[in-house]
Amino acid sequence: MKARVFVTLKNGVLDPQGKAIGHALNNLGFDAVGNVRQGKLIDIELTEQDEAKAHASLKAMCEKLLANTVIEKYEIELRP
Amino acid sequence: MTVITPEIVREHGLSPDEYDRIKQLLNREPNFVELGVFSVMWSEHCSYKSTRAHLRKLPTTGPLVIQGPGENAGVVDIGDGDAVIFKMESHNHPSFIEPYQGAATGVGGIMRDVFTMGARPVAMMNALRFGAPDHAKTRHLVSGVVAGIGGYGNCMGVPTVGGEVNFHPSYNGNILVNAMCVGLARTDKIFLSAAKGSGNPVVYVGSKTGRDGIHGATMASAEFNEDSEEKRPTVQVGDPFTEKLLLEACLELMATDAIIAIQDMGAAGLTSSSAEMGDKGGSGIELNLDRVPQREENMTAYEMLLSESQERMLMVLKPGREPEAERIFAKWELDFAVIGVTTDTKRLVIKHKGAVVADMPITALSDEAPVYQRPFERKAAPKATQPAFDAARPVMASLLRLIGSPDLCSRRWVWEQYDTTVMADTVQVPGGDAAVVRVHGSNKALAISCDVTPRYCKADPFEGAKQAVAECWRNMTAVGATPLAVTDNLNFGNPQRPEIMGEIVGGIDGIGEACRALSFPVVSGNCSLYNETNGEPILPTPAIGGVGLLKDVRRMATVAFKRAGDALLLVGDTKGHLGQSIYLREIEGREEGAPPPVDLAAEKRNGDFVRGLIEQGRLDTVHDISDGGLLVAITEMAMAGSIGAELTFGDAAIALLFGEDQGRYILALPASEAARVLGEAKAAGVSMSSLGVTGGDRIAVKGAGDAPLAKLRAAHESWFPALMSGGELPPVN
Amino acid sequence: MKSAVIVFPASNCDRDAQTALAEITGTPPHMVWHAETEVPDVDLIVIPGGFSYGDYLRCGAMAAQSHIMRDVMKKAEAGVAVLGICNGFQILTESHLLPGALLRNADLKFVSRPVELVVDESQSAFTRKYSKGERVRFPVAHGEGNYFADEETLNRLEGEDRVVFRYAPGDNPNGSARNIAGILNEKRNVLGMMPHPERACDPLLGSTTGRPLFQSLIDTLS
Repeated sequence: MKARVFVTLKNGVLDPQGKAIGHALNNLGFDAVGNVRQGKLIDIELTEQDEAKAHASLKAMCEKLLANTVIEKYEIELRP
Repeated sequence: MTVITPEIVREHGLSPDEYDRIKQLLNREPNFVELGVFSVMWSEHCSYKSTRAHLRKLPTTGPLVIQGPGENAGVVDIGDGDAVIFKMESHNHPSFIEPYQGAATGVGGIMRDVFTMGARPVAMMNALRFGAPDHAKTRHLVSGVVAGIGGYGNCMGVPTVGGEVNFHPSYNGNILVNAMCVGLARTDKIFLSAAKGSGNPVVYVGSKTGRDGIHGATMASAEFNEDSEEKRPTVQVGDPFTEKLLLEACLELMATDAIIAIQDMGAAGLTSSSAEMGDKGGSGIELNLDRVPQREENMTAYEMLLSESQERMLMVLKPGREPEAERIFAKWELDFAVIGVTTDTKRLVIKHKGAVVADMPITALSDEAPVYQRPFERKAAPKATQPAFDAARPVMASLLRLIGSPDLCSRRWVWEQYDTTVMADTVQVPGGDAAVVRVHGSNKALAISCDVTPRYCKADPFEGAKQAVAECWRNMTAVGATPLAVTDNLNFGNPQRPEIMGEIVGGIDGIGEACRALSFPVVSGNCSLYNETNGEPILPTPAIGGVGLLKDVRRMATVAFKRAGDALLLVGDTKGHLGQSIYLREIEGREEGAPPPVDLAAEKRNGDFVRGLIEQGRLDTVHDISDGGLLVAITEMAMAGSIGAELTFGDAAIALLFGEDQGRYILALPASEAARVLGEAKAAGVSMSSLGVTGGDRIAVKGAGDAPLAKLRAAHESWFPALMSGGELPPVN
Repeated sequence: MKSAVIVFPASNCDRDAQTALAEITGTPPHMVWHAETEVPDVDLIVIPGGFSYGDYLRCGAMAAQSHIMRDVMKKAEAGVAVLGICNGFQILTESHLLPGALLRNADLKFVSRPVELVVDESQSAFTRKYSKGERVRFPVAHGEGNYFADEETLNRLEGEDRVVFRYAPGDNPNGSARNIAGILNEKRNVLGMMPHPERACDPLLGSTTGRPLFQSLIDTLS
């Protein structure tokens, strides 16, 4: 089973990289660009076949290591 | 098996003559794998085929030299059983393609060269050249290169203590990224690359091998057409974390006596490291590629041999010591694999999937590599006549412009991104004449500086190269260090053009002359040729990296004024040479004339006198005079100490204030001591005169007005941040 | 005073801490490899600067999960003094021994320079040799030192006098909230700070204002 984990800064936490990207896009003439937030994407291959178990285990990984829940939130996507 | 066509030979950068020679040496046609190996071993980068005949003329020995050119880095004795190990190397082209990774892997490569020899790296420097500030790519390149150097060096925990940054349109299409690493070892614990003996295990350690940076020429070749996207060689990506582990693991293993030879896998990776180790040891090497730790699937022998994956080392161990070594590398979570054995055949034999895929005499790859006496034209030295200039131009307005100009403004924006103080031994940070780094746990210290003035070298390669060496020597001296030895990084255009070859020959001769006169031998170096785009070569840029020794770091000089009321003394003759000066270029808008000549005897006399005063503990404030001339040097000292100066030497002529005559220093010391020093200088035949006194909050020149330090500092500090923020560059005035 | 320095893969200020501790306390610290399970019985544990695990994922995130940190947490709970410097501060927030987080510097660049700090709390075991309001000068060298915590946490830190060092007004190098450079835990035995006091202990290196920090610890803990 394959999993994709998205880790992004929580709303309200300043994201200087996102701000810089937004600024650069505006400079390139993409005037429609508003707020930009940058995050991380982590691909994980799992031997686990059971979707519920895989999800629980990924949630634990996020809480323990992949995200710092003081500043970050995460989303998990599972694909067979 | 791929059939070798003339097209494939050409794509491997080999001439038809060179290919014939390969056939002769092998007594047969090479196969595709062997052709790849020859192409990298006979490349300019590995073989120095255009420059080797001339490099032989350089002085490379001296009473303190333990190891000169030919090993991974040069080694010099600094007493008490300590040795300094250093080298400078270019990573120009990769940095232009991908500035962050190019510069980062350049830093990683030169660090490996130094710790391969048993040294712990203690300081990094770099010499950077970019195109015109307003060129479309410049800002992107500066920002990427600086971040890459910092990203790698900072993670390694080695302070980056200084360097050079210059701008010139000749580098628009070919930036220069030259990185220098300085390390410390014990003289009885220096490791070389000679794989002596047969039957000894050949061991691979570090990162896994992937398809990184495989020779670009092979891209179009038949073998790679099918699924070329997947196999496309990628930009080498540096992994400073792995390198830091590799450093610690290597030093831990080096504390034992298990290693016979060790060599970093740099350019051309496994191929050149194994060939060089066999060559130096007079042995043969047999490798089984099936045992090479691999990061990607289905790698061919060709790819594994030519891969430039980073953070890898090849070692020859004493038989039976593998388990002990493996334990250390396992502790540091690094790959460890016995991939071959030394033999007595003097051949490089490569096995893959049960077959011999290459079998070549090692001397054919090294000693038999071509050496060319390329035709060269040395143009006549330009006449040393004073260029025309407007003698009535206001001095202070010019000073303000110069101090905020691209080549003279503060580089704070750059070096604040480098960890300059990690290891807690950095005694002088960037901004002075030389960086000073204490030898840990002692009162000794190393002085380090990188120097070259490419506009001088363009006008007169011989005098310009002499000047580069002299300025480096002067920078060591100005902090109180005894200059020990240099590493050179020779960046030039296409050597197949006689006028460029003339610059190379003139440059090497100039370095040789100055190094001999100043007892400053060349112990390591690197050549980077073919730096040109659309037939436009770079300015000849033979960068000189010097290392000096302070026996007692408590007796050291810095550029900052320390006391108001100090007398200012000028050491050396001031004739007002404006040819090729920054003043002429920035204020009069012209690059012309001859560079200032270097009188090596006066250079030595003046320098030895200044160093003597520092060593006696009588002098703590010194600055050498270089780009921009006397008034710029005074201003730099004033800004550094936040104390002004008043010059009363009676002649406010522009040529005297901004000329770039060589062999000069400014000293600041208490008035009573100054009188004595003037007398001693006279007796020693050293030209010395009084300039004025320190004090106040401005730079004042009798007969030419004054400028507040605050205003000068604002100009000095604002140019670089303005360039990098993408804002309008400050108006030049 | 007995001390220990924890060494993670790619710690790189471990030797600097070792040198300063040996010189100032007169006793060389234990150097403890991250894979060990127990810190020796000491009065002070230093988590040094560096790029543990290459700063990959998040600075300090992987070091916070190492074997040795479990014991550091246990000992901190039991009252042993813990000093985290730079990457050490990041590891302490990642392991939740200290509140908040260290974000990327506001201008996105690594910053290395001496900064002026104000001692805001001089009653702690780490700072009693300083006086409140005293100015000290330590180098910083980091890319992610921008201290972040929610308003409530910040108010609480200030209300409980747990902000020990602040960047002097106008000298905040990274955008940290309320100029915070170093904070204490609730029990006041764990200090995390971005600036490097261990690089400010030798007159040759330009500042000795870091020495009182170690001398405070000797006074308190010996």
